[in-house]
Amino acid sequence: MERTTLDLWVGAFVVAGIAALVVLALKVGNLSTYNVSDTYQLQAHFTNVGGLKPTASIRSAGVLVGRVTSIVLDTDRYEAKVTMSIDKRYQFPKDTFANILTSGLLGEQYIGLIPGGDDKMLQNGDEFKKTQSAVVLEDLIGKFLYNSTDSKK
Amino acid sequence: MAIVRSLRGIGKRVINAVWRTGYGARFFLMTLFYSGMSFRRFRLTVREMFFSGVMSLIIILVAGMFVGMVLGLQGYETLKRYGSESALGSLVALSLVRELGPVLAALLFASRAGSAMTAEIGLMKATEQIDAMELMAVNPIARVVAPRFWAGVISMPLLAAMFSAMGVFGGYVVGVVLIGVDEGSFWSQMQSAVDFQHDVLNGVIKSFVFGVAVTVISLFEGYDAPPTAEGVSGATTRTVVQSSLVILMLDFILTAFMFRGD
Repeated sequence: MERTTLDLWVGAFVVAGIAALVVLALKVGNLSTYNVSDTYQLQAHFTNVGGLKPTASIRSAGVLVGRVTSIVLDTDRYEAKVTMSIDKRYQFPKDTFANILTSGLLGEQYIGLIPGGDDKMLQNGDEFKKTQSAVVLEDLIGKFLYNSTDSKK
Repeated sequence: MAIVRSLRGIGKRVINAVWRTGYGARFFLMTLFYSGMSFRRFRLTVREMFFSGVMSLIIILVAGMFVGMVLGLQGYETLKRYGSESALGSLVALSLVRELGPVLAALLFASRAGSAMTAEIGLMKATEQIDAMELMAVNPIARVVAPRFWAGVISMPLLAAMFSAMGVFGGYVVGVVLIGVDEGSFWSQMQSAVDFQHDVLNGVIKSFVFGVAVTVISLFEGYDAPPTAEGVSGATTRTVVQSSLVILMLDFILTAFMFRGD
């Protein structure tokens, strides 16, 4: 087989196309941010998860420490059971607070971890005992209206 | 009498359209059936990839860059009203990867490469090269049509990916470099909004389907063109018009399937 400049051009074209796909996957998509390091699983129950989605980030002090793997309805308690995988490098005390927070006004929801002071650490499969559900805007407005009419009486 | 004549004319057109659809479907199946040669003698396909893929590269890259820049500018103006300029990255990337990349790349591909394919095959027919091949017992579908078909089908997703990547770069240049949106939030918002499987892969599937549609229409129009100068020019026009309409129609159907229930 003889090599031609035409082959060279077509080869460069294919390489550039695949490179563009890789850029889209790694730089634009979130493929690179999937955790490849070792993780351990933790659970938490919330009365309302709001707009939390699987692959949502879990942050502590603003640092990404893990991701939500699944959200299911626990029919024993009728609460949302959120399973998350946390990077093995980060250990949290048993009395860590798990809150569902929103980044910015229009941002995505994520789980914020506020560490407590317990000596024992959470192990694989453990559950966060202290959780705070997502703030539902309608509830908030409802409470505000209810309170303001109450105080006028 | 005038009513009868016009009714007869409409009927003739309808029958003609149905006939062409059937012939087109048979042509498509025959192309798939005789595809063996385009893989056994892959050099033929590579040669056609040069003409349909590499030669379309400039227009795809330049158009992608400008589309991204316009998105960056327009998106910034709109998002500024809600004080969420940092969402510019996700706006640019999502609209490019899901919609504009595959669709605009396919439209440009149809008018740049598709029309050239139609004209080339139409001219081969007008100069009786296709008949000559048949006389020499060379199957023109296997020798001429199938390599062009596979070249187009392989090139299209690559071109769409390059269009999207270039568009994201254009959005970055306008949004971050010129206007001054925070670079970190531009990329991080983009990465948290774009999902690889859901957005990037579906975009690739879309462009693959568009590639099949555009190349089949171009090749069929060329193959079916009346062997005159007028016939070839009419076929070229029909290629661009039909491919553009089919791309937009398929886009609606595919989008309805892929992104329903979000």
